[in-house]
Parts: sequence; structure tokens; C-alpha cells
Amino acid sequence: MIQGNKKKFNVREIREQFPALRQLIYGKNLIYFDNGATSQKPQMVLDAINLYYSKDNANIHRGVHYMSQQATNGYEDSRRTIQNYLNAEKSEEIIFTKGTTDGINLVAFSYGQLLSAGDEILITAMEHHSNIVPWQMLCERKGCVLKVAPINKKGELIMEAFDALLSKKTKLVAVTHISNALGTINPVKELAKKAHAVGAKILVDGAQSIQHTKIDVQDMNCDFFVFSSHKVFGPTGVGVLYGKEALLEKMPPYQGGGDMILKVTFERTTYNELPYKFEAGTPHIAGVICLAKAIEFLSSYDMEAIQKHEIELAEYAQDMLTTFEGVHIIGEAKKKTSVVSFTVDGLHPFDIGTLLDKQGIAVRTGHHCTQPLMDFYKIPGTIRASFAFYNTKEEIDFFISAVEKSINMLR
Amino acid sequence: MTLEEKQQEIIQDFAIFDDWMEKYEYIIELGKELPIIQADKKTEDRLIIGCQSQVWLDSSLENGKMQFYADSDAIITKGIIGLLIRVLNNETPEDIAKVDLHFIREIGLQEHLSITRSNGLVSMIKKIKMSALMAV
Repeated sequence: MIQGNKKKFNVREIREQFPALRQLIYGKNLIYFDNGATSQKPQMVLDAINLYYSKDNANIHRGVHYMSQQATNGYEDSRRTIQNYLNAEKSEEIIFTKGTTDGINLVAFSYGQLLSAGDEILITAMEHHSNIVPWQMLCERKGCVLKVAPINKKGELIMEAFDALLSKKTKLVAVTHISNALGTINPVKELAKKAHAVGAKILVDGAQSIQHTKIDVQDMNCDFFVFSSHKVFGPTGVGVLYGKEALLEKMPPYQGGGDMILKVTFERTTYNELPYKFEAGTPHIAGVICLAKAIEFLSSYDMEAIQKHEIELAEYAQDMLTTFEGVHIIGEAKKKTSVVSFTVDGLHPFDIGTLLDKQGIAVRTGHHCTQPLMDFYKIPGTIRASFAFYNTKEEIDFFISAVEKSINMLR
Repeated sequence: MTLEEKQQEIIQDFAIFDDWMEKYEYIIELGKELPIIQADKKTEDRLIIGCQSQVWLDSSLENGKMQFYADSDAIITKGIIGLLIRVLNNETPEDIAKVDLHFIREIGLQEHLSITRSNGLVSMIKKIKMSALMAV
């Protein structure tokens, strides 16, 4: 059934397209609640991977032969699919990377080359390590200064403090769109406006937002937007960096090698134009092509219907969990996505995660690569259930009873 | 009882469990029972930091036999430490340095020693072996 040009949202029909969800773990039906870490793949993505390697496999951008042209067409079509999905102005603004971390490192290096000692980078206290460490490395290399905007106990950015840290010295604001550990949705459009007002650029880490919200980079007016394919139902090992053309033009290449050059002599090399300047070496061609398939799959559904379903799941899980004594939800922002992070008084997240695993439930436990954030809450970590559009209320019921059983065993 | 006999005893203990939850129930009970290191011994230099849980380890040599004291902030890790200590306490440094702790594999807990868990147990066993080698 089609509504407008979108398929009607039906969780049963969606689940059927994800073979990994139909398996037994330790003899129990798998309940996959670790979507914040990675998502499962629909059959059409798996078929596309198989088709690519069975038929079109060839290197791109250099062969005169048929297969190379097929592969190149697929690769470049994918760039346009991503461009349209993000509403980027030009396809040259879409750079294929290895993932979110790679995209941030590219910006930290190449945009970083344009910075000098004393320039400031502003991040927030809820960033993933991959949006902290590359900036620390840049600061060490260039003598820049890293500033961290604090958050409140609910897990929301404290806007007055952010404003106070933003100044003419700020050259880049690097902020997560959605916190992986808390689920907080940051007001990135507003932050972009603030950054631009002082002449700074803004990078938005979209690792956790690409699968849950409609992204429009022109409306958001961010200078950079990064995400990973594997979190949006595509293959691992591939990701996207969107950057505004004028800015990417100014930045020097990140890595040297094949495909990124125009002419090489031993005396001097001239670089290729965008986007190839930033895509040295043979890329993950199959991954790029199949990422477009995943995006096509996701965009065949209405994003609002997906969000409604996911938020219902998260609110239901949160309401049920808080009926247990000693359970605390970590991350209670007003604007939040389908992540439920929690702790249980006196119990270690690792113990609960281990017992949930043995009941067939995949959750993430630990610090979620956000150690400074865990230090802020003075906890070793949390148990995090993160939902995708293929999860169901019945799964949450089972999860809740498994959590209860685990707590009783450990107390 | 020899080191090997102690390992066999644990393997037999675990043979009666039908499912994972029963196994873990037993490990958790072990974890709850054992006050295995004094609070004042939980110092930085005795701490083994893991990605998921932390382990404190202290050892001494008494009459030619090793004594281990350890603890963890996670009960399951603590229970597994309890099993390790049951096997290794009162053994000579020579025997500890060369022992293959195969019971962990045989009772199905090898996942706790894999790098994906990184809960400090692997580092703990390394440290136990090191302290035994140094005492030899």
C-alpha cells in the first residue's frame, strides 16, 4: 500500500525484510536493541551487495571497459542519491569516507590546516570520543584551543554557557546532532546560526540522526555533516562527509594517492577537483552503491511515521523501566530520540547486559565511547536500549521482564 | 587437591546446569559471597582497568605458595574471579606460571576472556602469571 509515494508503515512488513532479525540466540528469539551501535540490513541491501560482486565488480573512474563503466555509474548515481537525500546543493559536496570517524578526521586535518595557534574549536560535553579526540589532536598539532560547552543533568546543552564560550576566536563548532548515549536532540539549526554569527563554521555529527530524522543540510545550514552507512541500514566501512563547496575548495587534500590527482610528476603534483580531491585510492565501491540502496529503502517510508513509532517504543520502555525500584533514566532531554539509557542502583551495567544477552537481548553496556559524559554523571556506564523502526512493543514487553529477572538475580 | 583436580571439580559443578541462566545464577552467588580483597587494598596500583568492569588484584607468597586477593565492581566478573582464585590459591609459583586454565573454556565462559568483553579478566590472568613468574 502506498500513501502518496510512500509505503504505509507496517512494522511486521518491515521486519520481514531484515533476515538477521529472524534468528535464535542461545535458543531465544533475538531482540535487537543495539541500533545505536549498528543497524541490521534489509534484504534489498544484501541483494545489492551480492549483485555488485557477482556482476559489476570493477574499479571505477579509470577503466575504459564496460564493467568499469557500470561500477562508475553505480558509484556516481549513489553520490546523487545521497545528495538528494541530504538536499545538498551539488553532488560535488558529497565525499565518500570510511564512516563518521573518518569524516571528522578529514575535517580536523584539512580544515585544521587552515587554522592557527589560538583559534578555538567548540564542542559539547555530550560528544562521542570520535568528536573529541580528532580535535584534541588538531589542538596539539596547531596550537588551537578546545572548548567544551556544558550540559545540564537532563542531558541538554546549556545554551547560555554555549553562547558565552562562542567568540570571534571560535573557528569551528563541532556538535552531535543526536547524542548516542542520551538520545538528546541538539538544536543544530539554531547552533549553526549562532556559529555563523561569530564567523565560525559548524560540523554536525549525524551518526545517530541519519536513521531517525529527515536531514536537510541547506535548511540546517551546517558547513559539514557526517554520517556512517552502517547506522542507516547500509554496509559497514563506508560513510559520507557533506561539506559546502566553497569550503571544501579551500581545504587541502587529506590523503594522497590514486584518483585524487590531476597530474603527478616527481617535482609537483596537482590535485583533482571536488569531490575526487578527497577520495584517494580505490574506495569501498560496493559499500557506496549499497548505501544508496539503504537510503532508497529508508526513504520509501514516511519519516514521520517512523519517528512516531520509535518514540512510542522509547516512551513505553522508559515508563515500564521506571516502575522498578532503583532504576534511573540517564538522559531526559525534552527533545529526545529512541534511546533509553539507564542505570540500576547497586548493580553494574555489565552484569545486567551479560544476563540480558543470555536471554537473547542485544543491548549496549558501558560508557558508549563517551567517558567524559559518564564522568559528568559519576557513573561507570549505562545500559542502553536503542530502537529502530523494526522493533516492536512485544519485544519491549519481553525486554522488561528480562530486565526484572536480571535485577532479581543480581540483588 | 592438584591444580588439575580443582579444575575438574569446577567442570563437574557446572555440568549439572541445563541453561545459561542457571550457570550465571551460580556465578552470581559466588560473586556475592566473596569479600576477596580488603577495602584499603583497593588502591590504584592494584587496579586493572577494563573497558566494562574493573578488577583489583593483590598477591603474596606464603610458605612457597601463592595467595591471591581480588575484587571487581561487577558481580559476574567477581564470581569468575572467585573460580580462578579457587583454582590458583595455595599453588606454587612454578605451577601457576605454566597452568592452562582450560576449565574456563570447558564451562563455556571463554567469552569473558575474549577481547570483545575486555572486562579486565584477561589482564588479570596475565598479571597473575607475571606475579608467579616473578616469585619463581
